Parts: sequence; C-alpha cells; structure tokens
Amino acid sequence: MNAVEASNITKRFGQTVALNDVHITVADGETHALVGRNGAGKSTLVSMLTGLNRPDSGEITFRGEPAPALSDRQAWRTKVACVYQKSTIIPTLTVAENLFINRQNLDGGAVISWSRLRRKASDVLGEYGVDVDPNVEAATLTVEQRQLVEIARALSFGAKFIILDEPTAQLDGPAIERLFERMRSLRAAGVTFLFISHHLQEIFEICQTVTVFRDARHIVTSPVADLSKDQLVEAMTGEAVGLGAVASRPAVGSESVLDIRDLALGKHFSGIDLSVRRGEVVGIAGSASSGKVELGEVIVGLRKADAGTVAVSGKSLKPGSVPAALAGGVGFVPEDRHKEGFVPGLSIAENATFPIAGRLGRFGSISGRRRDQVAARMIDELAIKTSGPDQDVADLSGGNQQKVVMARALSSEPDLLVLMDPTAGVDVKSKENLLDAVDRAAAAGAAVLVISDELDDLRPCDRVLVMFHGSVAGEFPAGWTDNELVSVIEGIGESSGE
Amino acid sequence: MSDVSTPVVAARPRLQVAKLRDLALLPAILVLLVVGFIASPIFLTSGNLLNVVQQQSELGLVVLGEALVLIVGKMDLSLESTLGFAPALAMVLVLPTSENGLGLGLPEWTALPVCLLAGVAIGAVNAFLVLRLQLSGFIITLGMLITIRGLQQGLTVGQSLSSPNMPSLYYLGNAVWFGVHASIWIFLALFVIAIAFVGYFRHGRSLYAIGGNEAAAKAAGIRTTRVAAIVLIVASVLAALAGAMMVGHYGSITANQGSGWIFNAFAAAVLGGVSLNGGKGTLFGAMCGVLMLGLVQNILTLAHVNPYWLGAINGAIIIGALVLARLTTGKAQD
Ligand SMILES: Nc1ncnc2c1ncn2[C@@H]1O[C@H](COP(=O)(O)OP(=O)(O)OP(=O)(O)O)[C@@H](O)[C@H]1O
Ligand SMILES: [Mg+2]
Repeated sequence: MNAVEASNITKRFGQTVALNDVHITVADGETHALVGRNGAGKSTLVSMLTGLNRPDSGEITFRGEPAPALSDRQAWRTKVACVYQKSTIIPTLTVAENLFINRQNLDGGAVISWSRLRRKASDVLGEYGVDVDPNVEAATLTVEQRQLVEIARALSFGAKFIILDEPTAQLDGPAIERLFERMRSLRAAGVTFLFISHHLQEIFEICQTVTVFRDARHIVTSPVADLSKDQLVEAMTGEAVGLGAVASRPAVGSESVLDIRDLALGKHFSGIDLSVRRGEVVGIAGSASSGKVELGEVIVGLRKADAGTVAVSGKSLKPGSVPAALAGGVGFVPEDRHKEGFVPGLSIAENATFPIAGRLGRFGSISGRRRDQVAARMIDELAIKTSGPDQDVADLSGGNQQKVVMARALSSEPDLLVLMDPTAGVDVKSKENLLDAVDRAAAAGAAVLVISDELDDLRPCDRVLVMFHGSVAGEFPAGWTDNELVSVIEGIGESSGE
Repeated sequence: MSDVSTPVVAARPRLQVAKLRDLALLPAILVLLVVGFIASPIFLTSGNLLNVVQQQSELGLVVLGEALVLIVGKMDLSLESTLGFAPALAMVLVLPTSENGLGLGLPEWTALPVCLLAGVAIGAVNAFLVLRLQLSGFIITLGMLITIRGLQQGLTVGQSLSSPNMPSLYYLGNAVWFGVHASIWIFLALFVIAIAFVGYFRHGRSLYAIGGNEAAAKAAGIRTTRVAAIVLIVASVLAALAGAMMVGHYGSITANQGSGWIFNAFAAAVLGGVSLNGGKGTLFGAMCGVLMLGLVQNILTLAHVNPYWLGAINGAIIIGALVLARLTTGKAQD
C-alpha cells in the first residue's frame, strides 16, 4: 500500500512552470526524502499534497483513495499533517492554542476547556522537549521556538502521514537530533514521512528512499543506500560535482571595522568584547540558547543593549536603531526573513536595492533601469531562480527569498556585514554562490560576521568564536575540526586553541 | 550527543498581557463615574445609569458587529448606513404614500423580518465584493456606506419616517421587560452570547486565527472565506437590528440616521483593545469601550455643555482616551 501517490502533476504560476508532469510515490511506513535545488518545485508539490492548491492536471491518491475535494479542509487534515516551509503559527494566539488550533475542544464536546487545553499543551511541549511557556503569545517566540512548536503540533496530531518541509533549517544540532529520535519512533509505530531538507547528510541519516526534482521535473527515485552524496548532488544540479575552488582572500587588514566593548543584553549575553578587522571574516557559533543571534541583533540595531558599546569604523552606533546602523555602514541578513528580511508584494529589484535607493537616481527619484541592472547582476551572482527582477518576492521559493535578503545586505557594499544564518534554506550549490559572494565582499575590504551553527558557513571564516550561555567559550583559528567545534558549541568540550 | 540538551531559554514576557488589557478600561470607567458624580448628583442614580446603557445599546450592537469584523481581519464602514437603511426600507414597503411610504401595502408584520433581511443582503454584497472579488475592504465598504445612504435618501425622498401603525417594528425599542428596557436586555444578551462564542467555541476561535494569519488558519483546516463571509453578514444584521431598535426608541427614522457613527464604533472597539490589523482584542473590551463613550456623553449633557461645542469636545475626549489607553496598556494600537 502507498501512503500517497501523485502522478502526472503539472502546475503553472503564470509564465512559471513550477511542476512539469512529475510523479512521486511514498510507500507506507517509509521516510521518503524529497530533494532539489531552490525553486525545483518541492514546496509547490507539498501544497498540492496537503490540499492548499490544486494541480493544473494530474491525480493524487491516499492509500488508493482519491484526494478529498479542495474545500473539504477537515478531510485533508485526516489524511496528512504538515510542517510547511513558511511558518503557520498564528502570532496573536498563545502557544497552547496554536498547538491545538481548530481543535481546541480536544474532541471533548462543544465547549473549550482552557485549563485542559493548557495542560495538554504543557504535556505535548514537554514530550517534545520544547521549553516554552504554553501561555505566552506566539509572537514572542524566537524563530527556532516557533519551528519547534510547529513540529510538535504536526507530530502530535496523530496523522499516519506527515510532511516536513525543511523542518531543520532553523534548528540547532541537539534539536535536530531530538526531532530525528521522534521521527524514528513514530516510524516504528507505522507513520510515513515525506521529508524535505537541504542538509544532505540528514537524508542519509533518516531516510530510506529519495526522490530528486530538478527544474520542475522528476529526475530520479532511488533507495538512499544506492546513492552516494556526490551522485545525489549531481542529480540535483545536473552537473558533475567539481572541486570547490579554495577561496583565497587577501591578507586581513590592520584597522578594525567593528569594535564591541563589554556588550550585555539581559539574560541573553554579557561582557562581550569583539573586534573585526577590514577584510576579516569572523564566525560566531553556538546553540540556540547561546545568545549569538541576539548579539547579532544588537549589533545591527534590531535590539537595544543594556550595557556596552558598538562602534563601526570608529563611530559608535546609536543603540537600537537599524537606520543608524545602516547609515553607519552596516549591511545585514536577519534571522527571521519573513519579519525583517523582505517586503512581500514588492519586486526582487525593489527589495534588493532598498539600502541604495538613494543612489539610484537624482533628487530622490529612482531610476528603474539602473535598479533593474543592479538587481539583474545580483540575480546572476547569487543564482536567484526567478522569472525576472520584477517578480514579487512573495512568489519566490523559500531559498530564493533568502538569497534576495542576502542581495539586499550586499547591495550597499557595507563596511560591516552581519549575517545571521545566511544560508538557511539555501541549496548546496547556491550555498557556494552565497559564500563566494561573502568572500568577494571581504576581499573588497568589508568586515564580516557570520552568525550560524552550520559548519559549512563557518569553515571559510578566518576565526570562529563559540558562544555558550551568553559568553564566549572558545575561539578557533581556521582549520578547526568539526568535533572540537561541536563539542564546545554543545558545552561538553574544553575550549582549545585559545 | 543528544542527551546534552541545552535548555532553550523560553520567552516569558509581561505576565498575561492579554488579560490585563481586557481590564484596561475599568479604571477609566471608574474615573468617569467619580467625575460624573461630582458633575451632577443625579448621575449616579440607577435610573440615569440604565439610561446610559439604553442610549448606548444601538451603538453597542454596531460595535459588536464591527469588533467581530475587525477580529477576523476585515473592515466594514457601511454599518452606519445599514443602521438607517434597513428599517427605512422595511417602513417604506409597509407604509402608504400618505406616510411617505411606497404604498405597496406589505403587511405590517413583515417589517422586522424585512429589516433583518436587508441586513443579510447588504452583508452578503459586502462579502461578495471583499472576499470573492478580493477588492479592498476599506474603499469598498466606504463606497457601500455612501451608496446605501443614497438609497435611503432616494427611497424616502429625504423625509424622516414615522408611523403610529407599526407596532412590530417599534416594539424592541420601547418595550420593557422585567422593569428594564428590552434594548438593554438585547444589548447585554448579545454581548454575553458573542463573548462566550468567541471565547469558548472552536468556530468562534477561528475568527482570531483568521485575523491573526489567514494562510495559517486555512492550513489548519478553517474555511476562512466562509467564516469571514458569515461574520460580515452577522455584522450587517446586527446593524439592522440596531436600526430597528432606534425606530422604537426615538419614534422615527431620519434620512441621515447613524451618520458619523462609524467613528464612534471604531473608537469604542479600539479603546477596548481590538486591533485594526485583526486577530487581537476582546469583545468584553469593546463593550467597555461602548459604555465609556456613553458615560462621556452623559456627563457632558448633565454638565450642560454648550450643545454647539458638544461634537468637538466629544471627539477630543475620545482622542484623549485613545492616547491614554495607549499609554496605560503600553501597547501600540494597530
Ligand atoms: N504563488 C506563486 N506565484 C508565482 N510563482 C510561484 C508561486 N509559488 C511558487 N512559484 C514558483 O514556482 C517555483 C517552485 O517553487 P517552490 O517553492 O516549489 O520551490 P522549492 O523547491 O520549494 O524551493 P526551496 O528549496 O527554495 O524551498 C519557483 O520558481 C517559484 O518562483
Ligand atoms: Mg520550498
């Protein structure tokens, strides 16, 4: 029996063909990976398989039965639970209510018992190791906490078939491990998964079968064991895997661009001192609770520090002011791309050139032609998959949206680049493009701060600082091994190389 | 490796903000009671206070409708015109030409059902334009406000309507049940029902889900368009019912009945903590907002404020109250 079978699925969005006659069959009880580059059509397929969108043509069956009518939302819910790539947490409701959204009565009759709901919510959160108060408004959660709540919701739903669209893009190592443990035990209990991720090692870790899409087409479906990582990448990109050219940057300059003195923010971090020099790329690693993201947000003015100073090129920045940071020569990629990264409804060109809008024309006017030139260059350099600079950013695939946010950060040729999880949701190949772009910026004299726990992002850094519970627990010059870094990130190793 | 679970620092901010915000208007209402007591000795009598509630009962129903619409993330400006149009339509269909009717001679008992059906129809048109055709709710319902007011002017030739021969339509506005005006009972009962519905029923909660994040609500299995359409229709019916209550209360319906009400309706809702962006705020708060506006009006009247200045003073007080509510709750009104 197959949990789901989709055949001859085609879907167009205007000119764009998002899915071109693709098929996928997920057998009962397996964990099936779906991989492909950004814009390959993975999330579009997910929206078809969960009844949010109708294919232009093609057929979907669940265990042999035809899919419910699109309007029968309740029937779809009994077939499949899903963690969508884009958050479906409702920020104005509490965490507890989000966990049981549209089933607040807990199958126990017409009237909602809030105390019972809160208790059940605590249980679910506890069971999944999510340390969040069920009574707070979901708007106050961090990106990672939101993702964890979303995962707990989908897994606790009792569905026999669960789709996870890039669930790990926003999670740190231990959280991913916990998710995988859960998935394994649910699989043992007969649950089927469709799992989407750009972290290929995860595919090898928990999936049995993998399907590859490329450019809206089905390329191959194969047992995971029969493929090597390189073969997988080759199927995704359509090119043989080349040796990634080792980037060589000119020597780091001597003048410092970023100077942080004794910076502190509530329970997140304290006593942080840091200098980054011209042309230097510094990584900051750490788990979700390390305070690394909050540190980045203070530097770029998204948060206001309790104490300490941030200076860029010798001038102190006004605390808690993004405009002041931008004017002071800072470009940044925020953690939450949907909140602070781009303006949906505006084009790629407009979004990517916000910081330099003033330079694109005379007297405050904006020259559309020059803007499109700049945008076209960015689209090319960062390999953004789009129908053109005029496309609405909201219609891009998740990974391509992330690239637009990166383009925006780079557009002003800033003195300091602060990148928070810059490659979240970006495919293996595009990741290289993004990191190359960072290299070029550094070579051109920018100081770069890469805040991430992706080892691939950190590897090209001149040095990596590891934060643990709000302070710097270790510093590693380039050339560290994965194990030594990870053990300090997780707080179990001695910091070496200091 | 996985057993080294670093505790995720949970955000535990401002204790129960939502609850506090609900009660944010109670201090203001207490202050008004004291001010009123100082302004006039008759203010704090049960007769006067019940009078305030009765005065506010019609606006209260409009606020209830608007609050529901705002919570679901939409907007309806046309409620103030529906308020006058629905009962006016019912009256012209029944009344003879000698009483400014159309002389169609519909039986008298049809008046209240026709009035409410007019509400259903207007709500359905709004829902079709805003939800199906995806037009901007603000400009469309503003257009509906003007069109419906114009329809009423046309039907009544600008005359106000009144008649001693329409007991069924006049009943709700001047009946007395258990010693208290029926309109007060209706106002309280509808608010209690609505508060229970959006607080304790899955379908009621779906209003907040849709207003908070429509795509997410849809993904959670909520029929977002249908729920929003029902809410728009209910709001128009509430406005029509309020119109019927006004006929009985004031004895007639003027050609520009309800003109300017939409500001008061929005002000009451926002004062009560309802967000114009949807998904936030409580009906209890909105009810407090209505009562607060009523107390302000009442105090101004009792204090013999020059009637020519009443509008300006009333508006200024509402703006001042909005500023105060913003400061005391510490949250942006959005
Ligand atoms: N609503 C839409 N309107 C127009 N184009 C769309 C829309 N949704 C998706 N697309 C296009 O369809 C293509 C496939 O997008 P999809 O989101 O399925 O990619 P994906 O494989 O999930 O990529 P990622 O790994 O970046 O998440 C993209 O080119 C995208 O721009
Ligand atoms: Mg996707």
